[in-house]
Amino acid sequence: MLKQYSFDKTAVQTFDAQTSLALKTEDLQVFYGTNHAMHDANLAFPKNQITALIGASGSGKSTYLRSLNRMNDTIATVTGKIWYHGVDINEPNVNIYEIRRHIGMVFQRPNPFAKSIRENITYALRANGVKNKAELSERIEKSLRGAALWDEVKDSLDKSALSLSGGQQQRLCIARSIAMAPDVLLLDEPCSALDPISTVKVEETLLELQKQYTIIIVTHNMQQAARISSQCAFFHLGHVMEYTPTGTMFSNPQIPVTQDYISGSFG
Amino acid sequence: MNAKRKDMIATVIIDLIVAIVVGILFFLLAYILIKGLPHVSWSFLTGATDSFDGSGGIGVQLFNSFYLLVLTMLISIPISLGAGIYLAEYAKDNWRTSLIRSAIEVLSSLPSVVVGLFGFLLFVVKFKIGFSVISGAIALTFFNLPLLTRNIEESLSAVPRSQREAGFSLGLSKWKTEVGIILPVALPGIVTGVVLSAGRVFGEAAALIYTAGQSAPVTNFADWNPMDAASPLNPFRPAETLAVHIWKMNTEGLASNAAALSAAASAVLIIAVLLFNLGARVLGSYLYRRVTASK
Repeated sequence: MLKQYSFDKTAVQTFDAQTSLALKTEDLQVFYGTNHAMHDANLAFPKNQITALIGASGSGKSTYLRSLNRMNDTIATVTGKIWYHGVDINEPNVNIYEIRRHIGMVFQRPNPFAKSIRENITYALRANGVKNKAELSERIEKSLRGAALWDEVKDSLDKSALSLSGGQQQRLCIARSIAMAPDVLLLDEPCSALDPISTVKVEETLLELQKQYTIIIVTHNMQQAARISSQCAFFHLGHVMEYTPTGTMFSNPQIPVTQDYISGSFG
Repeated sequence: MNAKRKDMIATVIIDLIVAIVVGILFFLLAYILIKGLPHVSWSFLTGATDSFDGSGGIGVQLFNSFYLLVLTMLISIPISLGAGIYLAEYAKDNWRTSLIRSAIEVLSSLPSVVVGLFGFLLFVVKFKIGFSVISGAIALTFFNLPLLTRNIEESLSAVPRSQREAGFSLGLSKWKTEVGIILPVALPGIVTGVVLSAGRVFGEAAALIYTAGQSAPVTNFADWNPMDAASPLNPFRPAETLAVHIWKMNTEGLASNAAALSAAASAVLIIAVLLFNLGARVLGSYLYRRVTASK
């Protein structure tokens, strides 16, 4: 029997005007048909930091993440505002393809295209008008270096991406995203299908990438959240319960539900 | 009886059933080939048929079968590709889609002789096209469309959703994702389906008897202008195919060696269909390796 927690008692931090924000949601709600999956999420994400979204399965953290670049458009109704560079990108008339070029996403399971490593990176670039050969190869190298994959694949760029290991595939997916030169990188449990060594590599990559990108990562792994994130949001049954700096959340959680979740005496 | 024993008996029974299926197939193949192959010769494969008693070669019919196949595919592949992509990617899950799906199912279960009669009444009689390659090709398209559409839809749906999400997350439009990412992955399956359906079309007789006709006028293989009446490429000439020829030889063949001739034609038909099947496998796996860049 799951313990009952009051949804009224929350501890969500806000940032002052000096902090530059990459993304901010206001009263974001998500409905799958009649299922109210996300209630009034008000979160702001500071630039060039890693924010972790944690919580049990079904807490709505992935749903929330996928709403940020409009990946939920065809399967759910999303209301509320998503502020990005002063524009509410949750408006129906916003160009979602443009948005996704600025807000990239990496998924739970590595999903490289069934193409060569090179084409995995260049396909979307070409589709967006980057045709110059020199620029393409420069972008390939830069993004693969960014994802810490370059040294492993530089001699086999024409090999199938499917021949890579799971960890390499996931780093290729990260490279593919950052090749589009996005602002924000959304990651949906990127390490849950990877072994510990690959996980460490991906984490190191992310820590390096936060210098250039704002990263929002959903994770089931609390150690991972503690290791890499600066801010941490805890989700529970479709509500944002606590949003504090990561150090605070793990050493001094503000409300009982977070405390119970972190100490493992949940439910 | 212990579990191990039961398991053994079940295995034996299943093996036996498979052996029966494979046995029937090999018996049929061997019977047709042994009866037919001795009568197959180069002059039989290329020669013209005597228009009175049906004796002689099957050159024209063989050409007609291939020509009809090519025309049918030219018409049916684009249509079924569009329909398949629509059903797999764009159709919403509502009553209209299920209506389309049931319509396709009904169309695929129509007996081919009914399709043939429909083609006869509409194209041959009503539109006054007459017995012709084009009437046959359209009738075969009706026969082929539902199977091909289904095949394309299934090949596309078999591509994991995560591939589409990957495309969308990079800011690719639905169409770009579909054409550049999903279609190449589905292509080997689609090609396999197309070649297999080509085998079915190649062997079809009932739908053609009343549409493409039962006569194979001697054509001039030196004349490749499709507008000329004697040209083999003229789509408005009657064109008896190999399968129809076999049917005709067995029902009204007057030649003294009609049985031998139809056995030989059957052997040729079977070999062609087997080649299609083999080709489907080879081409499918070749394409898969090509598009996925895997060795």
